[in-house]
Amino acid sequence: MDTLLQQIVNGIVQGSVYAMVALGYTMVYGILGLINFAHGEVVMVGAMVALSTILLLIGSSLPPLLILLISLITSIVVCMALGYSIERIAYRPLRKAPRLAPLITAIGVSIVLQNLAMIFWGREYHAFPPLLPNSSHMLAGAIITEVQILIVLVALGMMGGLLLLMHRTRLGRAMRAVAENPSAAVLMGVNVNGVISITFMLGSALAAVAGIMVSANYGIVHYSMGSVLGLKAFTAAVLGGIGNMRGAMVGGLLLGLIESLGAGYIGDLSGGFLGSHYQDVFAFFVLISVLIFRPSGLLGERVAERA
Amino acid sequence: MRNVLKHLTSKSRRSAWLAFVVLAIALLALPFFTDALLGHGWVRIMDFALLYIMLALGLNIVVGYAGLLDLGYIAFFAVGAYCYALLGSPQLGLHLPFWIVLPLGALLACLFGVLLGAPTLRLRGDYLAIVTLGFGEIIRIFLNNLNAPINITNGPQGISMIDPIRIGEFSFSSTHELFGVTFPSVHLHYYLFLFFTLLVIFISLRLEDSRIGRAWMAIREDEVAAEAMGINTRNIKLLAFAMGATFGGLAGGLFAGFQGFVSPESFSLTESITVLCMVVIGGMGNVSGVLLGGILLIALPEALRHGSGPAQQILFGKTIFDPESLRMLLFGLALVTVMLWRPVGLWPSNQRRRELAVENNATQL
Repeated sequence: MDTLLQQIVNGIVQGSVYAMVALGYTMVYGILGLINFAHGEVVMVGAMVALSTILLLIGSSLPPLLILLISLITSIVVCMALGYSIERIAYRPLRKAPRLAPLITAIGVSIVLQNLAMIFWGREYHAFPPLLPNSSHMLAGAIITEVQILIVLVALGMMGGLLLLMHRTRLGRAMRAVAENPSAAVLMGVNVNGVISITFMLGSALAAVAGIMVSANYGIVHYSMGSVLGLKAFTAAVLGGIGNMRGAMVGGLLLGLIESLGAGYIGDLSGGFLGSHYQDVFAFFVLISVLIFRPSGLLGERVAERA
Repeated sequence: MRNVLKHLTSKSRRSAWLAFVVLAIALLALPFFTDALLGHGWVRIMDFALLYIMLALGLNIVVGYAGLLDLGYIAFFAVGAYCYALLGSPQLGLHLPFWIVLPLGALLACLFGVLLGAPTLRLRGDYLAIVTLGFGEIIRIFLNNLNAPINITNGPQGISMIDPIRIGEFSFSSTHELFGVTFPSVHLHYYLFLFFTLLVIFISLRLEDSRIGRAWMAIREDEVAAEAMGINTRNIKLLAFAMGATFGGLAGGLFAGFQGFVSPESFSLTESITVLCMVVIGGMGNVSGVLLGGILLIALPEALRHGSGPAQQILFGKTIFDPESLRMLLFGLALVTVMLWRPVGLWPSNQRRRELAVENNATQL
């Protein structure tokens, strides 16, 4: 019984991280109808920049929370600049090109980022300094650390903030207008290019936060951490209905739960034939099943259009 | 007038024959020249180059003809290679002959292609890209972990002592004496791979000009219009995907037989991207362009391996970039720059060039 509860807690924590990254995919997709393959790498860059900032400041006499705050801000700023440049360089010139073109530049950008990170920060796994209080609590029989509680809270907070932004502000209305019909939005006086840039920057800022959260949770940073995380977050976005923000949150949590419960019980279910190292496989099968049975996702209103 | 035309065609036909014969002799003599000038190792590199060109031609059908982005193409290569490795090595104690194992591997890859393509090809192309990307990772997870509790793939250590390619009593892995000329194993593999590469080229060219090929290109240019013209877009796309996978599986089987050893490490995302780069840089949808891309991208890492260290020593005084990461960095940059400035690639087909010219005129109007 305790194992079950523990798996659920782990799943919710992991799912919150997926949800944060999935929000970035879903926002860009909602507005441009484009999968930003490089998004996972932005998460990685966020984590790496935060790590470098922390290592730079850790010798000073600043309190750990302040160091964390500074590194958070640095990494958000860097990621926003990165997101802006990616859109500007790789996607904007190709907005009217055949669909294949932006997909190929997207994968190109993600390769470039990954290899630049490898050159910059090296091939080795870096330890992420434990700045956050990391004492653990018992929650009805399951262990949960303070970092994990923080991850869930931050994810919920960001989700709420984004929903407010989308539905209560002028910018949000402009974003929804661009998503609905860009040419009509232009006629209504919306600065479409500006809105798209802001969308990318917002998504990248979320990615930076997610990157730090992931690294704080696992205590490890690596140049290749972005690709698998990106793939799973994309799955979460599709599961919830890509283009839909609530969907990203639901999809993320659900995928996290599926993964942790699946990894916890696959050994028993398959009679010991498959083990928990197949954890990464679940996301893929979820993705395939969603695409077969419900391509619009759980909360997606729009059926995925052809071509 | 008619006489002139007749004269012209007969003359061009004669020169075409001449070019063909010269090319054939050059291709046949190439391994001996390479061996004499650069050494044995380079013939081996040429063998691998041919395998990669086969892969690139297979991917060209998917990406170039049908316009579907496949980011996990190397997975089909892996399926073919492991099929050969499992059925022709001491791993499972099976030693089936080459001419059974190779088609079986290609068929299995084709099956995987259909299984993967069927759910995604109804949807827009982005999904296919991400699903194939996922599949490429998943297949590696399975290959890495299917060693316990029952040892099937031998995990990360891979399968070794794979049977060499053997037709009847003729083994490609040993040196043979034919007509007074000595053919080392790498030379023999070169001819075998050349044969298969030419076969794939022939099939590609014939397909390009066929009803199916035209349907693929129609889908690539405008799927809705193609459907309106009565093309069953899903089946035709599935056909492209399955055919690309088949060629991948074929190359995989040859790879396993040639190398005598396979491990999951050979089938990483990096390899998929490398093959994609060959197609994109060379010229999507054009066989000659893909050949050019393949040759360039095989030559580049070799040049980097030998040249980048000393060049960096001169420029920076130390080695900053190791050749492997430099190679991938360049590949990524190439994908972006080609798409931005020359989306048709270095050597586009005439048709694509015409299409692009029309598009330019249309935008000027």
